[in-house]
Amino acid sequence: MRRPFDYIIEKLVFFSGVASILFVILIFVFLLKEGLSLFGEVSIQSFLFNVNWFPISDPPQFGIVPLLLGSLFVTLGAIVIAVPMGLAAAIYISEFAPRWFANILKTGIELLAAIPSIVLGFIGIVTLAPFLKTVFRLPSGLTALAGSIMLAFMAMPTIVSIIEDAIVSNPKSYKEGSLALGATRWQTVYRVTIPAASSGILAAIMLGIGRVIGETMAVLMITGNAAVIPTSFLQPVRTLTATIAAEMGEAVAGSGHYYSLFAIGIILFIISFIINLLADLFLHRSRKGKRKR
Amino acid sequence: MVKIEVKALNIWYDKHLAVKNLNLEIEANEILGIIGPSNSGKTSFLKTLNRLNELYPGTRTTGEVLLDQDNIFTAIDKHLLRKRVGIVFALPLPLPLSIFDNVAYGPRLHGVRKVDEIVEKALRAAAIWDEVKDRLHTNAFKLSGGQQQRLCIARTLAVEPEVILYDEPCSGLDPISTLKIEEAMQELKNNYTQILVTNNVKQAARASDRTAFFLMGELIEIGPTGELFTVPRDKRTEDYITGRFG
Repeated sequence: MRRPFDYIIEKLVFFSGVASILFVILIFVFLLKEGLSLFGEVSIQSFLFNVNWFPISDPPQFGIVPLLLGSLFVTLGAIVIAVPMGLAAAIYISEFAPRWFANILKTGIELLAAIPSIVLGFIGIVTLAPFLKTVFRLPSGLTALAGSIMLAFMAMPTIVSIIEDAIVSNPKSYKEGSLALGATRWQTVYRVTIPAASSGILAAIMLGIGRVIGETMAVLMITGNAAVIPTSFLQPVRTLTATIAAEMGEAVAGSGHYYSLFAIGIILFIISFIINLLADLFLHRSRKGKRKR
Repeated sequence: MVKIEVKALNIWYDKHLAVKNLNLEIEANEILGIIGPSNSGKTSFLKTLNRLNELYPGTRTTGEVLLDQDNIFTAIDKHLLRKRVGIVFALPLPLPLSIFDNVAYGPRLHGVRKVDEIVEKALRAAAIWDEVKDRLHTNAFKLSGGQQQRLCIARTLAVEPEVILYDEPCSGLDPISTLKIEEAMQELKNNYTQILVTNNVKQAARASDRTAFFLMGELIEIGPTGELFTVPRDKRTEDYITGRFG
């Protein structure tokens, strides 16, 4: 009676274990099959380097340069805002805040992570965009900057919690040794704590980028969605993700337009793969460095 | 000359009284050994001398500690105090930097730019220069435990303190490394006042000029090392040094 039950459970557990790998492979194969079909019609060079994204004009042009730059602008902006703030917040929480207040802050940051991106996008449209419009006297507040700011909020929780982990896992001896030599708390933070946590900080930046570059809903709502080459943060942009979301519904199945959206999916897949790989590398190095002590 | 004077010192951790009404004078240039079983308050006392105990939440002290007549709790800035009263910890714990940068860390904190000479002097004084002079820029973790501990002594010396505290400095070390550290301490006697907390009674007997015996947060007896180990006045001291408890 026991045996067949064991057998079934074992197989179920095994299947669940390999399912994740299987699904990744299936998704990738499907993405490749659909995406690569585009390149019968358009060359890879023109896809990667053509500066025009006119998918429904005649003849259509599928150049992703404006979309890549859109993603790059929004991501760069978000990281420039989120990393310094996240680093500072993590340092405050782990080194300076009294314990009860640190716990409140940590809960707050976790709550920030729990806000659905569509809500952030909605708030961005209603409050941030009009604000930017007045401050910078723009025709519209829906710009790369608006996207960057909202996405910085989304990346903050990841960045803060990973940097905080890295700081907390520093051996206590680093801090005590530094203070014992007459260093102030701040000297200790910037001369010992931050350098010792640098791998964790790099991993946090990578995961923050990963979080931002894959985000769709909020950017679709607040970046203005113009597939043109951006020259400033105060212009509307269109990201890779937003392009897929916005155009999938109207693309004719089997057309070049349809395939080109899958090809964009491949690009996104490759980008996030590289970013996750780097983050893993840094996290691994950070743990290995700590184990020495 | 009296270097450190302790008057009616009490140290609490929350509600636990770790050191009770301690009165003690420490002479300049002496090595004072402090022995006693665990939880006798000897490390708490040591870490109070440069106010490192304040890093642990819930610590409270009453009474006075005078360093050259100045009250360390009120009259001296705590960062400056820690520069004047250095500490070597139980485990050799270099910072995650090169050998050179570990030693240069302290002087650089205090605004010294040209550190080469100070680093060499400190490494020589800690009797480790010859072993590391060809690899000053390798990571400090590559050194052996005993070398790391002497590096930590050098790091403490580099800020030119007046008093050096040792918190069981040889607890993780082999006999040869221990001997080297005790030799280094003898070399340092001319310029520094040294306080050695140790669980190793024999080490106190070998290395210190005077020895103090702590038990349950109280100072039971203090005297010249030769006397304390041969004719202890208190029965509890005798029991402890002969190994009958502790």
